[in-house]
Amino acid sequence: MLAACGLTSADELFGQIPAEARIHGPLGLAPGISEYEIVDYFKAKSERTSNGYASFLGAGVYSHYRPVVVDTVVSRGEFLTSYTPYQSEISQGTLVTIFEFQTMICQLTGMDVANASMYDASTAVPEAAMMAVRITGRSRILVARSVHPEYREVQRTYAKNQGLPIEEFGYDAGTGQIDLADLEAKLDKQTACVIIQSPNFFGIIEDVKKAAELAHAHGALLVFTFSEAVSLGLLEPPRDADIVAGEMQSFAISPSYGGPFAGIIASKEKYIRQLPGRLVGQTLDSEGNRAFCLTLATREQHIRREKATSNICTNQALIALMGTVFMELYGKQGLRELATQNLAKAHYLGSKIKPHFSGPYFNEFVASANGKSPEAINEELLGKKIIGGLPLGKFYPELKDAALLCATEMTKRSDMDTLAEAFQQ
Amino acid sequence: MIRKVRSHLSQNEGLIFEQSSPGKIGYQLPPLDVPAVDPAEALGAAQVRDGIEGFPEVSEVEVIRHFTRLSTWNYAIDLGMYPLGSCTMKYNPRINEAVARLEGLAWSHPYQPESLSQGAMEVVAHLEDALCEITGLDAITLQPAAGAHGELTGILLVRALLESQGNPRKRILVPDSAHGTNPATAGIAGYGVQNVRSNDQGMIDLEELSRLMDDDVAALMVTNPNTLGVFEENIIRATEIIHAKGGMVYMDGANLNALVGIARPGDFGIDVMHINLHKTFSTPHGGGGPGGGPVAVKKHLEPFLPVPRLKRLSDSLTWDYDVPQSIGKVRAFYGNFGVLVRALAYILAHGGPGLRNATVDAVLNANYIRHKLAPYFDLPYKRPNMHEVVFSDDRQAAKGVRTGDMAKRLIDYGFHPYTVSFPLIVHGALMIEPTETESKQELDLFIDAMISIAKEVEEETEKVTSAPHLTRTTRVDEVTAARKPIVRWKP
Amino acid sequence: MNYPESYRYTKEHEWVSLAGDTATVGITFHAQEELGDIVYVDLPKPGAQLAKGDSFGSVESVKAVSDIYAPVGGEVLEANELLTSSPEKLNEDPHEAAWLIKIRVSDPNEFNNLLSAADYQTYVGAES
Repeated sequence: MLAACGLTSADELFGQIPAEARIHGPLGLAPGISEYEIVDYFKAKSERTSNGYASFLGAGVYSHYRPVVVDTVVSRGEFLTSYTPYQSEISQGTLVTIFEFQTMICQLTGMDVANASMYDASTAVPEAAMMAVRITGRSRILVARSVHPEYREVQRTYAKNQGLPIEEFGYDAGTGQIDLADLEAKLDKQTACVIIQSPNFFGIIEDVKKAAELAHAHGALLVFTFSEAVSLGLLEPPRDADIVAGEMQSFAISPSYGGPFAGIIASKEKYIRQLPGRLVGQTLDSEGNRAFCLTLATREQHIRREKATSNICTNQALIALMGTVFMELYGKQGLRELATQNLAKAHYLGSKIKPHFSGPYFNEFVASANGKSPEAINEELLGKKIIGGLPLGKFYPELKDAALLCATEMTKRSDMDTLAEAFQQ
Repeated sequence: MIRKVRSHLSQNEGLIFEQSSPGKIGYQLPPLDVPAVDPAEALGAAQVRDGIEGFPEVSEVEVIRHFTRLSTWNYAIDLGMYPLGSCTMKYNPRINEAVARLEGLAWSHPYQPESLSQGAMEVVAHLEDALCEITGLDAITLQPAAGAHGELTGILLVRALLESQGNPRKRILVPDSAHGTNPATAGIAGYGVQNVRSNDQGMIDLEELSRLMDDDVAALMVTNPNTLGVFEENIIRATEIIHAKGGMVYMDGANLNALVGIARPGDFGIDVMHINLHKTFSTPHGGGGPGGGPVAVKKHLEPFLPVPRLKRLSDSLTWDYDVPQSIGKVRAFYGNFGVLVRALAYILAHGGPGLRNATVDAVLNANYIRHKLAPYFDLPYKRPNMHEVVFSDDRQAAKGVRTGDMAKRLIDYGFHPYTVSFPLIVHGALMIEPTETESKQELDLFIDAMISIAKEVEEETEKVTSAPHLTRTTRVDEVTAARKPIVRWKP
Repeated sequence: MNYPESYRYTKEHEWVSLAGDTATVGITFHAQEELGDIVYVDLPKPGAQLAKGDSFGSVESVKAVSDIYAPVGGEVLEANELLTSSPEKLNEDPHEAAWLIKIRVSDPNEFNNLLSAADYQTYVGAES
């Protein structure tokens, strides 16, 4: 091949690189290892983690059972090793799965249109806020303190660099729901959107309708986010919101130390051209057969360049596919039953450990033990191979004595009893 | 002659919603081991929805058949060469998939105690070290979720540094050959964009750069090798021009596959760059994601990296949130950890010498294609190329055939099209990147296909302009799709 | 193609016709041909104030977006709602039914200074 290129040595391939830009000598990396050694290496790492522990952690990342079929599907090379479906004729497989995903996200959230997925909820929320800024022509963002703290941190990073003023409003110390009076006091004519989460970070279900009424009365949009998608199997969808930006991790996406996950953005029909990211649309091919293609691409960065609605260009297709398979397997009946099981498990735990807030909760809640710090309880539980709830002091200093406890369909009654004992002792 | 494929039966398959019938299920849940709870009682009836309208009801085998049939409608690297320029579609080793699914890694919760996360954190640390070594840069964040996200992070770092010096500045210089994400990113980061014209060789024009560089310019965003696949031979001088007036140089790492083990951005003046793990480091594209977009920086930008930073203590690792000058978080938690595992597996498998060999093969493959196809297609820029080669359709356009037509015809020959009409500085571009994955046999099949298409352009023009002919879906009506968008199924 | 004599034209490929102080603005036959199949038209709301040269909207084909610039300044009186539902009209009848906006002109001289039909066609000829 070298000869065909008119070269005598591989080094000549790099002749155009000036000598001072070249590496002289090898990279400081060990030589390659075999497959067996690679497995060994990662097995050793895997064992130095929480492997084998029961866990009461939720807080935006949930342990739900992943049906075997999910990995069967996403391991198919035709899905795993294909590119973004720009070439419709040889990408119909991916395009159909995304079209089904978009449809089910609409059904789940009560919105009219949904995109092909986002990185995760933490990045979808600021994209939704930027959408609201474009739609309203206003700049101020109001976000509830009960929205996931990490989503709010990412929102702050984005807002700061866009020059968008951002302010938080509080929660009711009794119910754990948003403080409507505080929200109303902070709404003004510059407010582009109000961001709330339900179930919120404390696991409490919000009154979306009331929040929407307040936002709309001031000409602002309501951006709704969620981190526990399973809740939508049971809870009234956020029909009164204008934009929904949430997290699909609960749908057969393993916790994987925080990623990759898949976010969603959905909205009312009239905002379709303000949606960031990719969209799949239905059309016909030249022989009149139903076909699908990426559409409304002119919103995107490769065409609009500096005027694009967003700079994102990858979505989370394979991860969204996990969610798609999950939704189709569980279906109408299964998702409801799954959500109902989660509710039952968490409420069993709630019958043993008194929730801190009085608002209705789905599968997690805040609790504190009399006189014992959550850190001390967790330390004690580790000896029993149980990871306790998330101590809240890091995110909410006023709740430093409390932890956020989560129970899903995977949580065993016996572990809940052990946890309850640790809280009561 | 078409040698790589012939047609076989392809199963029809409707949308899942059309196969749904009430009462069918594809899941199993164990019986509850706790008392049942009435949702309306626990939450209030107003909070509880009726069934999810329109949600599918199908059996497990229907789900399996549905997706298996759909999968056969896709092209994939596993089926053959994917010559998309700038996308680095290389083989995705399955060992990466296996290790990413190891229970302790796949089921680690980001908030579990650090004492129970050391294995996962060691993976992060190992990858950080390897990527710093490969790029010649001093510090890195693995938090960004993809390339464009990394770009945004990188530009925010530049802004934070300049702000700390008293003036964030106003503009970013972007060559006219750049990826569309570069100007989009600059815009999202609050900067104005100024285009820098390439010279007649398609390279950075140093005079033009000197003319445009002033105290209002925050950074130059470069891609190196550039989008023509050519190494910017004046890169060091270009970075000096920017640095002399206090600007930063950002490198788009899309083309890093041409450099690993050969040249390091940190050695030729780059201050900050992102890396596409789903290109250079073999993590699967998965039909559009997930990706990974780590951002590596020189020392002076380190204080601004996103929180948390991984801190190496004497006997353990810890996440450090106490970084006062940090730009904050760009994503929840620590990044696409599962993607990081796969990238590290690739690096371990290759090792230092293996990574260099991969680069050599990738560049050799691209040069081989260039030499074999040069007699048939116009080469607008005649500089030696690295990992990809860009032709123009000038010769074929005379016959009324455009790059997009030939790309569609390539599908009939059993290949995914090359990148069409990019970079913009080439009229009717055919951008071809073979990667190191392809054997001489596969390359020769591709070359034969391209030559055969060039002949068809001369002799059977219509066959090319109406391609593809052999796919189950023919050319789709994108115009109607955009005029009357249907983006969800309705009964 | 017929470029009406009574219209004035710009090098950005817009046309303007003037009746009293109301200007009707559209894009030229040549412009729609260059763009190809038009799929979406983004227009301003009535009441918007435009200065000559302002970008007031955009026209999209499947793979391109073109900004449209105000050939004359003034207040937007009306945007052509036909184009919201039927953007393809812009390909079919760019000089009549598919006008984009009506503007109350603040300075009629701006109109008079634009290209005549003959000059525009010469310009387009030279460009291609």
